[in-house]
Amino acid sequence: MFVTPGYAQETAPASGDAHGAATPGAAETGAHTEAAADAHGKAGFPPFEPTYFPSQILWLAITFGLFYVFLKKVVLPRIGSILEVRRDRIAHDLDTAARLKEDADAAVAAYEQELADARAKSNRIANEARDAAKAEADAERKEVETALNARLADAETRIASVRASAMKDVGAIAEETATAIVQSLVGSADKAAVASAVKSVRE
Amino acid sequence: MANDPIHQFVINEIVPINIAGMNFSFTNSSLFMVATAVGAAAFLYLTTSSRGLIPSRLQSISEMSYEFIANMLRDAAGTHGMKFFPLVFSLFMFVLVANLFGMFPYFFTVTSHIIVTFVLAMLVILTVVVYGFYKHGFGFLKLFVPHGVPGILVPLVVAIEVISFLSRPISLSVRLFANMLAGHITLKVFAGFVTSLSAMGAVGIAGSVLPLAMTVALTGLEFLVAFLQAYVFAVLTCMYLNDAIHPGH
Repeated sequence: MFVTPGYAQETAPASGDAHGAATPGAAETGAHTEAAADAHGKAGFPPFEPTYFPSQILWLAITFGLFYVFLKKVVLPRIGSILEVRRDRIAHDLDTAARLKEDADAAVAAYEQELADARAKSNRIANEARDAAKAEADAERKEVETALNARLADAETRIASVRASAMKDVGAIAEETATAIVQSLVGSADKAAVASAVKSVRE
Repeated sequence: MANDPIHQFVINEIVPINIAGMNFSFTNSSLFMVATAVGAAAFLYLTTSSRGLIPSRLQSISEMSYEFIANMLRDAAGTHGMKFFPLVFSLFMFVLVANLFGMFPYFFTVTSHIIVTFVLAMLVILTVVVYGFYKHGFGFLKLFVPHGVPGILVPLVVAIEVISFLSRPISLSVRLFANMLAGHITLKVFAGFVTSLSAMGAVGIAGSVLPLAMTVALTGLEFLVAFLQAYVFAVLTCMYLNDAIHPGH
């Protein structure tokens, strides 16, 4: 199998011919297959065949070299830029999202502040209205009370005067009545004595 | 095709070219090198042509391979190693696509030839050596003298390190080549059993079920190996490049 380079080079063209002849018939009979294998045995193991080393080195250098240059100049910068653009875009979108969230939070805070303000204001208005109504009611009640007191005092004065006049009349009536009684009993009446008597009784 | 597991590795001249007594012919191997390079480049180029912000499935494959190799190189060799990213990525894609093309029936497997993998391995090692000396001068030789080794042992350790360094291109190339070669031969042998058993009548056809199942299983395994060997090649390339960038370790 592991033939020397010189020997392999010598036999290489012959092996190619032998192989070409063996291939079409090989599937039909085992004998041909063995013949083909023998041909390879003589030619050497193909992967160690030095005849084609220069060809393989040359073509590998050409194909791999061009592949390397193409990848380095075109493909890799392109994929790199795609990935970078995506990374930037994601970072940018995350920033935007964070900013929008901050805005939303600020709006919520402002709304709550306004709500608290409005609540305080409404409380104040309600308190003021209640105080005002209370003061008005107090004033009215005072007015009414004053008026009532005045009328009460009036009435009391009138009662007192009526009573006084009535009391004055009581004295005169009692004197007259007593005089009349004394006259009918005694026949004559001393007015002055009656008056003093009535007066003493009354007092 | 002949029922011969070695036949698939034979090189045929398509356009014979002889210069100065050396054979530079355009062969089936050259054809599949061109197919590998053009196929991989076209895939990467066309799938990313829309530059989608939201990638399509195929664009995802290109991006994933990009980030896969980029992370591998960054982990192994640090950010300084990223200047070798085009090289590592090209090697990985070329080897991977060449291996995968080899999985098509009747296709030639470029990486099943030792000279191809050896040239790729030498490319890596020469890059390491040239860059190592360019960057660190003779300081690059510290690579062969590990830290913390007792004075008496230094000559022995240095000898071991030198041998290990010299064996790198061989191990790198032989690993890839041998995996592809052995896998394809095994596959072909089991597939050959199926055809030769089926030719033996009813019993043979019944018996050929086993090698057929084996062939199917091996095909799956070979796809794994095709990817794995490209990955291993790229990982080792990254580690060797790390030596060139940080020889003190």
